[in-house]
Amino acid sequence: MTVRPGTTSRRGFLRAGLAASVAVPTAVSAARGQGAPDPLITEVQDWARYSGEGVDATPYGLPIHFESDVIRRNVSWLTADTISSINFTPIHQLDGTITPAGCAFERHHSGAIELAKPDYRLMINGLVDRELVFTYEDLERFPRSQGVYFCECAANTGMEWAGAQLNGSQFTHGMIHNMEYVGVSLKTLLAEAGVKPEGKWIYVEGADASSNGRSIPIEKAMDDVMVAFKANGEALRKEHGYPARLVVPGWEGNLWVKWLRRIEVTAGPVESREETSKYTDTLANGVSRKWTWVMDAKSVVTAPSPQVGIKHGPGPLVITGLAWSGRGAIARVDVSVDGGKNWTTARLAQPGVPMAMTRFYLDHVWDGEEMLLQSRAVDETGYVQPTKNALREIRGENSIYHNNGIQTWWIKKDGSAENVEVS
Amino acid sequence: MLKFRNTTALLIVLAAGTAAAETPVAPSDVAPAAGQPLGLGRPALPEEIAAWNLDVSPDGTGLPDGSGDVMTGEEIYLEQCAACHGDFAEGLDNWPALSGGEGTLDREDPEKTIGSYWPYLSTVWDYVHRSMPFGNAQILTPDDTYAITAYLLYSNGLVEDDFVLSNENFTEVQMPNADGFIEDDRAEIEYSAFSAEPCMENCKDNVEITMHASVLDVTPGGEGTEGGAEDAPADASLD
Repeated sequence: MTVRPGTTSRRGFLRAGLAASVAVPTAVSAARGQGAPDPLITEVQDWARYSGEGVDATPYGLPIHFESDVIRRNVSWLTADTISSINFTPIHQLDGTITPAGCAFERHHSGAIELAKPDYRLMINGLVDRELVFTYEDLERFPRSQGVYFCECAANTGMEWAGAQLNGSQFTHGMIHNMEYVGVSLKTLLAEAGVKPEGKWIYVEGADASSNGRSIPIEKAMDDVMVAFKANGEALRKEHGYPARLVVPGWEGNLWVKWLRRIEVTAGPVESREETSKYTDTLANGVSRKWTWVMDAKSVVTAPSPQVGIKHGPGPLVITGLAWSGRGAIARVDVSVDGGKNWTTARLAQPGVPMAMTRFYLDHVWDGEEMLLQSRAVDETGYVQPTKNALREIRGENSIYHNNGIQTWWIKKDGSAENVEVS
Repeated sequence: MLKFRNTTALLIVLAAGTAAAETPVAPSDVAPAAGQPLGLGRPALPEEIAAWNLDVSPDGTGLPDGSGDVMTGEEIYLEQCAACHGDFAEGLDNWPALSGGEGTLDREDPEKTIGSYWPYLSTVWDYVHRSMPFGNAQILTPDDTYAITAYLLYSNGLVEDDFVLSNENFTEVQMPNADGFIEDDRAEIEYSAFSAEPCMENCKDNVEITMHASVLDVTPGGEGTEGGAEDAPADASLD
């Protein structure tokens, strides 16, 4: 039998956890006692008597209905319309590193369109020897590449520039997902067209009404950029750009053009709407940084956090979170329970993977007192995730984008949590 | 019940068949040399390129022939754009303001509009022509687009009401914030500062909570937050 949240079997979970613990607080020890036999054990349950569903019941499944609260959520006041808006991955309820496509955040500028494979065309034009059109079937005939990468919106955590605002890691850090992509290296497609020496940039655009055009330097285009058609083993979801999207490892999500329809090789940047009026970072003096493509190292404790407080009382507690860097692999994550006064290096579930999410754990014994939980990522370049105040000292509070500062959760004695900032 | 025995037998037969059919091939026969075309795809026709190659660059590359004046632009704007952006391009509700905001970029909550922020006029023309009106894109002719762009310049106080914009005078228009951008300098300004070995013990004397998210109460789904949503923070406009 699996442990189901919200049933008395949570007690069984607590007991199992405590068995491995060395120092058991007395208060918790007393709670272990079971006054009467547990009917979930002593009485034959329906699921142990009657048969379950057959293999033809669910040709393609959704999570079991007990998990119906693990969903993308949006923040209605953030945008004028849900068609040009964003929602947030429920990172507070996920574990491991791969984001299930069904709850991976969406960002559309003109809505999620339906584009069938037979209707798909990809054009390469501009400064190339051969201006070409590919069908979807053509894409599948090129040698394939594969990689796991995070895709983070540049505005992730952007609502926190002026101070603690949204209560939950889903809302503060959920404009991110991490999937295993399969597709064709962009350099392979560009080689098919033959880039002319004067081609220094590419301009990529989608088939949707927004087009979401962006300019990318040719060096990045010829490095690790991919035209992907599969994510987590299956076709891209509609909302993630079916049938083909751009994957730009380590760089802001706005460049990951969905429903990719055209790649133009150009001499210079187009300076499109998405790379001038948006996705530029205004500093305190009014001057704005442009071309801030790379996502710097960042981490967050996903649980416990405001949406998932501690319900089991003092004792063993799994503190867990995610870390990532657009400049390489995560080398280390430190966790503080006292607001950054003292730090403990967390355990990485797997060694860091370049430009992909890393899961960390701190196996903690909670004394039931207040905590100020923080995590701090260090990537392979030696870059250490800064505090929000350190970022503000350089950039001010008007940047909107690229807020990778250290997040603090105030865990109260009752186990509930709040988004706060500390001195 | 699963029929394991038969399945196993089938797998053995298949494996043997694969081994027999296997012929050693040199890797070069399988994977083409890097940079060599595979001959996939087909040439793009001039009409196809013309239909999709619509982007316009700051130097005017991509601009079609045409022109439009402020007054014509106002008429089209009121019909196609004002429902979201306001009659005077001042913005409605959470929809973007397209005019105003001069001198606010270094203040709290800067107002970023075409006049106060956008560095290139080509971006306005390109975006209006390619992606507007919202929900009914790509209906504006080049002349419509020149006219709307002229009106947007006028609504920002950058041209007079008799101004006519065309592909001929397009690059003469200078946007007020053209020099307001620098290339990403994080590598120079931030990376060395943020690459010191981090402190692990007794890193500060005391820790105080300085800000609470609950004060704002704007999180969806929380206690009493539906009403809080009305009081949206000023920097909310993501798009």
